[in-house]
Amino acid sequence: MVTGFSLPIIAPLGPEIFLAVIGCAVILADIIWKEQRYVVPVVSMAGAAAALIMVTKASGISFNGMYTVDAFSAFFKIVCLLGLMFAILMSLRHLDIMGVQRVGEYYSLMIFSCVGMMIMASATDLIVLYLGLELMALSVYCLVGLLKTDPRASEAAVKYLLLGAFSSCLLLFGMSYLYGTTGTTDMAAISKAMAAGKLTANPAFMMGLGLVVIAFCFKVAAAPFHMWTPDAYEGAMTPVTAYMSVGPKAAGFAALGRVLMEAFPNAHSEWVTAMIILAFLTMAIGNITALCQTSIKRMLAYSSIAHAGYALIGFLPGTAEGASATMNYLFMYLFMNMGAFAVIILLQYKCLVGEALEDYKGLAKTHPVAAGLMLVFMFSLTGIPPTAGFIGKFNIFMAALHAGYTWIVIFAVLFSAISAYFYLRVVMLMYMYEPEREMEIAPSGALSAVLAIALTGVILLGCYPNGILSYASKAIMGH
Amino acid sequence: MDYGFPILSSLIFLPIIGAAALLFIPRSNEGDVRRMALLVSIVEFLLSLPLWFQFDKTTHLMQFVEKHPWIPAWNVNYYLGIDGISILFVLLSTLITILCVLVSWTAITDKVKEFFAALLFLEGAMIGVFCALDFFLFYIFWEAMLIPMYLIIGVWGGPGRLYAAIKFFLYTLVGSVLMLVGIITLYYHGGHTFDILKLSAHTYPLKLQMILFWAFFAAFAVKVPMWPVHTWLPDAHTEAPAAGSVILAGILIKMGAYGFLRFSMPMFPQATQAMMVPMLVLSIIAIVYGAVICLGQDDMKRLIAYSSVSHMGFVTLGMFALNYQGLEGAILQMVNHGVVTGALFLSVGIIYEQTHTREISDYGGLATLTPIFAGFFMVFTLAAVGLPGLNGFIGEFLIILGGFATKTWAGFFAATGIIIGAGYMLWLYQRVFFMEKNPKMVSLGLRDLNCRELVTLLPMLVLIFWIGIYPNVFLSYMHASVAHLLQQVNASTGSVQANSNAVVECALRFIGG
Repeated sequence: MVTGFSLPIIAPLGPEIFLAVIGCAVILADIIWKEQRYVVPVVSMAGAAAALIMVTKASGISFNGMYTVDAFSAFFKIVCLLGLMFAILMSLRHLDIMGVQRVGEYYSLMIFSCVGMMIMASATDLIVLYLGLELMALSVYCLVGLLKTDPRASEAAVKYLLLGAFSSCLLLFGMSYLYGTTGTTDMAAISKAMAAGKLTANPAFMMGLGLVVIAFCFKVAAAPFHMWTPDAYEGAMTPVTAYMSVGPKAAGFAALGRVLMEAFPNAHSEWVTAMIILAFLTMAIGNITALCQTSIKRMLAYSSIAHAGYALIGFLPGTAEGASATMNYLFMYLFMNMGAFAVIILLQYKCLVGEALEDYKGLAKTHPVAAGLMLVFMFSLTGIPPTAGFIGKFNIFMAALHAGYTWIVIFAVLFSAISAYFYLRVVMLMYMYEPEREMEIAPSGALSAVLAIALTGVILLGCYPNGILSYASKAIMGH
Repeated sequence: MDYGFPILSSLIFLPIIGAAALLFIPRSNEGDVRRMALLVSIVEFLLSLPLWFQFDKTTHLMQFVEKHPWIPAWNVNYYLGIDGISILFVLLSTLITILCVLVSWTAITDKVKEFFAALLFLEGAMIGVFCALDFFLFYIFWEAMLIPMYLIIGVWGGPGRLYAAIKFFLYTLVGSVLMLVGIITLYYHGGHTFDILKLSAHTYPLKLQMILFWAFFAAFAVKVPMWPVHTWLPDAHTEAPAAGSVILAGILIKMGAYGFLRFSMPMFPQATQAMMVPMLVLSIIAIVYGAVICLGQDDMKRLIAYSSVSHMGFVTLGMFALNYQGLEGAILQMVNHGVVTGALFLSVGIIYEQTHTREISDYGGLATLTPIFAGFFMVFTLAAVGLPGLNGFIGEFLIILGGFATKTWAGFFAATGIIIGAGYMLWLYQRVFFMEKNPKMVSLGLRDLNCRELVTLLPMLVLIFWIGIYPNVFLSYMHASVAHLLQQVNASTGSVQANSNAVVECALRFIGG
């Protein structure tokens, strides 16, 4: 296709390249300023903030259509970068408490994983997509196992690595089928080849489609491919868990959405049935299993599975309206989930405290502000107005009902009613029980900032969502 | 009618801002917290009085309207307004909140500022529910109400509060989310709008009407509560603190009935008419079943809670009789029940503060120990029974008239409910206030009502006599709106129900309706 050799335009990739450079610089900074532990986080934070500004400006198509920087990808990149910034702020004090020595590699791994996510969001070629996915996944595996002395972390990292590698294999395997049947890895070209050749009747092609979807279901933790989630969430340090519940999930949804709507729009009637079943199972397993958890991190792990189920519903119609509903949902979820994890981190004044649900007994008496914040985030996760969680769900249900998917919406609302039980159990423990043991908190300026932003986001997006709604509705693919 | 000052918004947000302000008062100044809460609730009540005086009774149109675009992306407006149906509930809410603050004055000792903040937040949300004319806005208030109510029951309630609180929350939430699906479906079929008035003016296919009727039924029937989804109510009422029970009985459960009036009937008129008989049957079961269960209760609050099931059965019966008398009676009975049951819960709360028991068998001979209290309780009991001259009579009378006019059997069974009602209420009164003086009560050294408690109960007493003797003041507010509602329900089928026979006319004139 390309007749003459020319260097690709790299301007659209500006934020990714910049952030990768920051990722390397962080390691150097860690070596140079060994004593000043705050240099590294400050550099990381500044880098992430600069990348965020650059993302809002960048646009264009590069590498012969393999890399598309459109409004759709920009939206997901913003979610990932905000997640990264929240995670950095949450980590500052927590790393000291957990006794992490080398902070350079921690922050640089986080940054590299974010670069991976951004590549995933923009990839319009299966190979680039795989590249981004692996960069993200490998960094996150290391992050999960970073606390080498904690056996739980190692167990979680190994489990996550094995299942993650397995899903990557499935992805590659599926891609090879797609390449074999269409002769291309470019998503738009796959779509064209499908339209031309009636490929939905070809079992090999459908096999490829199925495998690719399954691989992404691993990444977004959709049931029945969610098994790694609770262990990985529980074993990882809490800021990493918080980050994992937002960043990689958003990137997974970005890639899944792009693949479904860019590469396989013509197979909508084929994949939609599978997606309905997946969404149903994900909501059912996530919400019902969360009912009987004793660790709040495990509970939030199952809750994040459940929320993936709601987010999947947005993709069912295969329309821009549905996709923007999912994007909104992930944006809202960022604030409420990060807020909830920030409260957990606040309570972890030493190792292994603040993870059991029992630790929340009587919190309203000992630390009323922390309890009040948790209350808001729990109600938001349940989806009770006037919080962001309600708007997010409402948006999803509107899009799905518009397209006529009534039954899955009815199940979704019923499951979200079930979810009230376990979210409210936290509220109940905090407000309706007497404290059983002394709980201290580990406040820090950065953590307070996270909590304040998350709270503002949850309330503001809940009361005045028009801005984000109209922004997301414009953030469609190819613009 | 245009009204320059955004009075409804002020009514909604004054208590919410007040609640937020309370949180900034230092924890040690419990006295200030109480005084501040009282101040906010009194200002709120005064602020609601212009509604009463400036309301135009001649029109069914919405008044004091405020409309601003809110979420243009979904065509959602911040749209408020009241008509003859909602005005009474707004006023009732502002009045009852004052009484709730008063009755909690010394009863709440733990987490005082959180309690009053929750109470005021609840008040704002309740008024929002009655004023909202946009479905989205309505749903926001409708659900937001659950948060403070859940906390009030769960944090400051009785021994079984945890179970009661979560049961209340889940029951109402499951109902509400089904309504949410209904609301969105309505949005797409009613021309991409959440405007309640526009949605009411639209005509929907019968099949859709039926589906949506049941979706809305899920939310409203749980709230009312209608049999068989009433089981959360005895637990919630019994375990909630006095103020919680009063709000639940006085306002919250009225919202279910209000929902039927405001949404189900005008939007799904054909479905409403088709479902009339099943609804009447459910109402009768609630009336008779609730009343019979009351006879077997040995817990005072539980007894009053079950009597609410029975009384709310009257309300739904009156509504689904689908005639003028029934509807007016139902609306008046909603107010009456709020006043009477609210007063009964206030009374039980006042005495519980001293005795710390709800068991009826622990009481006895209170008429000699606390004569003034006994006098008040007597009036409330008789009002609940439906003694002519007190408010309960007017509502029940109109409802039974409406019932007879539509289906004779409905009126007949409803009347039996009144008879059993007289039985259990008087028997309760007898066991608590007459009989031998219970040694337990004597040893407690009970004091009679103090000034604060007197002020708490007096407004209810005044209302009971006022509505009982001259109900037309209240009925006159709703005439135009009820007539319009009936027109909407009947217009769809073109059938004008022939129910204005001579007897009914006569009877109506007799009570001044």
